[in-house]
Amino acid sequence: MTARNLSLGLLGLVVLALLAAAPFYAGPYPLGLLIGILSYGVLATAWAMFSGPTRYVSLATVAFFGVGAYTVAVLGDVLPYPLILVVAAIIGALLAILVGLATLRLAGVYFVVFTFGLTELVRQLVTYYEVNVTKTLGRYVFLPLGPEHIFWQLLALGGATLVLAWWVRRSRIGLALRVIGDDPVAASHLGIDITRTKLVLFAASAVIMTLAGAIQAPRWTYIEPSIVFNPTVSFLTVIMALLGGPNRLVGPLLGAIPLFLLFEWLSANFPNHYSIILGLLFIAIVFLLPNGVLAFGEGLLNRLRGLTREVAR
Amino acid sequence: MTTYGRRTILRGIGASAIAATALRSLPAFAQDRKAVRIGYAISKTGANAAGAGITTTPNYLLWVKDVNDAGGIKLSKLGVQLPIEVTEYDDRSSAEETVRAIERLATQDKVDFILPTWGTGPNLASGPSFDKFGYPQLAATAVTDMAPQVAQRWKKSFWLLGGGHDYANALVQLLVKQRDAGKINNKVAIISVADGFGIDLSKAATPAFKDAGFELVYDKSYPLDTSDFAPLLNEIAGLGADTFAAFSYPPDTFAITQQAVVANFNPKVFYLGVGTAFPVYPKIAGPNHNNVMGIGGIDPDSPDIEAYFKRHTELIGEAPDSWASAVTYSSLQILHQAIERVGDIDRDAVASEISTGEFDTILGKLKLKDNQLWSLWTVGQWQDGKFVGLSHTEREGAREPIVPKPNWTAA
Repeated sequence: MTARNLSLGLLGLVVLALLAAAPFYAGPYPLGLLIGILSYGVLATAWAMFSGPTRYVSLATVAFFGVGAYTVAVLGDVLPYPLILVVAAIIGALLAILVGLATLRLAGVYFVVFTFGLTELVRQLVTYYEVNVTKTLGRYVFLPLGPEHIFWQLLALGGATLVLAWWVRRSRIGLALRVIGDDPVAASHLGIDITRTKLVLFAASAVIMTLAGAIQAPRWTYIEPSIVFNPTVSFLTVIMALLGGPNRLVGPLLGAIPLFLLFEWLSANFPNHYSIILGLLFIAIVFLLPNGVLAFGEGLLNRLRGLTREVAR
Repeated sequence: MTTYGRRTILRGIGASAIAATALRSLPAFAQDRKAVRIGYAISKTGANAAGAGITTTPNYLLWVKDVNDAGGIKLSKLGVQLPIEVTEYDDRSSAEETVRAIERLATQDKVDFILPTWGTGPNLASGPSFDKFGYPQLAATAVTDMAPQVAQRWKKSFWLLGGGHDYANALVQLLVKQRDAGKINNKVAIISVADGFGIDLSKAATPAFKDAGFELVYDKSYPLDTSDFAPLLNEIAGLGADTFAAFSYPPDTFAITQQAVVANFNPKVFYLGVGTAFPVYPKIAGPNHNNVMGIGGIDPDSPDIEAYFKRHTELIGEAPDSWASAVTYSSLQILHQAIERVGDIDRDAVASEISTGEFDTILGKLKLKDNQLWSLWTVGQWQDGKFVGLSHTEREGAREPIVPKPNWTAA
């Protein structure tokens, strides 16, 4: 087990190093693609960290993402950049704790609806503030950060997210979370503090999402609520995580990569039929890969192994 | 599982090298060019699809057809006349997609020119990308008071639809004349959508009305996606204002009209925002569209505009809107003429020609100043089935406003 983990860790480091060097050999467009993939990879992994074991489907991803972007837009001229990221992380955590305390007692579809409503609420609050207090809606982010800087930051965030997700899976809190997901009543009988456990994970996942938004803000220069609180981001995150398999460490990442490339290919080659093809594809995915790509791949592998064993016999 | 042989690693490195090469762009073939390649990413899906589908996409299609039917773009330095070839993407109404689509058009497809997407926010958000790759950006659907600053920052960007102040001030001046002529009273009620456009316009209009001595009996914003305006309109109806101005967005513009009819709210001046100039407005408002005022306008006596409306209707099946459509089409004519004057695909030279030259367009002769278009219709009114311009930033209004608007007739 340890040898395997070690070699997997080494492989991870090699991939990380290869990726980190990407801005030196990839052109602006491939780099843009990598930024997009990383962004969704981070969001999907962070989403699965909480929603995978608890089975709480959260549609609040973009609420945190947008809050991060707005923090950078508001503080861009005031604070040094690293400090802005710290502030963004704190705001994300506070918001998550506030929301978590109010809602994590909800279950099932109520939680889904609430998190979706939360995105709208945050968006309307930001809009209300901008309209009535600052009297401008759009904000400009003129920070001297190129795509390569954004890429490196996202890469670091992605690495940290994976390590955190890996740690959570094997720590007590991860186990507690899985028990809660399987049977909350049994979990509370076992003496697990359900709300606190959920809250901690929800906040951790929210902080990562907030940072993902904060890091990408300089890429758009101009920010307004309709740009950064785009609900599509929340939906795509869920779909990517589900495609890859939310209960596996690299599942969400492996869901994000093909789907992102697929969206890109569709919008480039079928700009007029994008939505139709996308809808059909989703239906196909649900039918063919109900447990995610990884589970499907493993099943296939097991079947192949069985086959070769039989042939050998 | 535990060991990675040297071969596996080498193979992996080789594979990633191949992948890296494949990711790089294809070589451009400048010598044997067969077309002028134009690329654009436009919102075909998402929140911006409606606006883009009315104002931007039809004009891109029409312009490409018009130019290609006439034989293409003349490149005198290369001694050829080449048709336009289009590469189009869907930006899905997302700023990140717009940015990446421009990166793709500039570095992968290596198109000769890139046309902008629809809307103020998306155009501002894509400014740095156009600038980075050195493409001129002819923003024909962005209304922003930031235009002077951003044109300074991004030297090849051109802002053709004015700023909130232009429209708000023009409206106030027009109403001052009506008040001084004794046609309306001193009271004004304003509502504005809590989004970029509504905020910009109300921010400019509120002080302008006050400076002109009007009394603002109502001045509030309403959230985006509001659909019930009855309470608002009922409250305003009791305040005795002869002028009602809504700095609204398309779905609201239609809803406000319909609910004003239902509530029998009949101010003497009924002014609405984006959407009033859409060809669909008379269909929605029925006979009540007559003498409604709004943003934009066209010159009803211009034969160029009439011919443009006819061509547009033939190709798209619907008339263009009477505000930004003609500006969008003119921006493409400007681009076309600038390329032909330079005689080559030289984006630097074309950009400087756009900022200094004078161009023949369906809006007449246009010349930009500080990379902005100052010659604009600002206030229009539906008169006899046309959304005619009442106020213009440079010339006299073509038509006199009809005030008071006749009372609504129940449909």
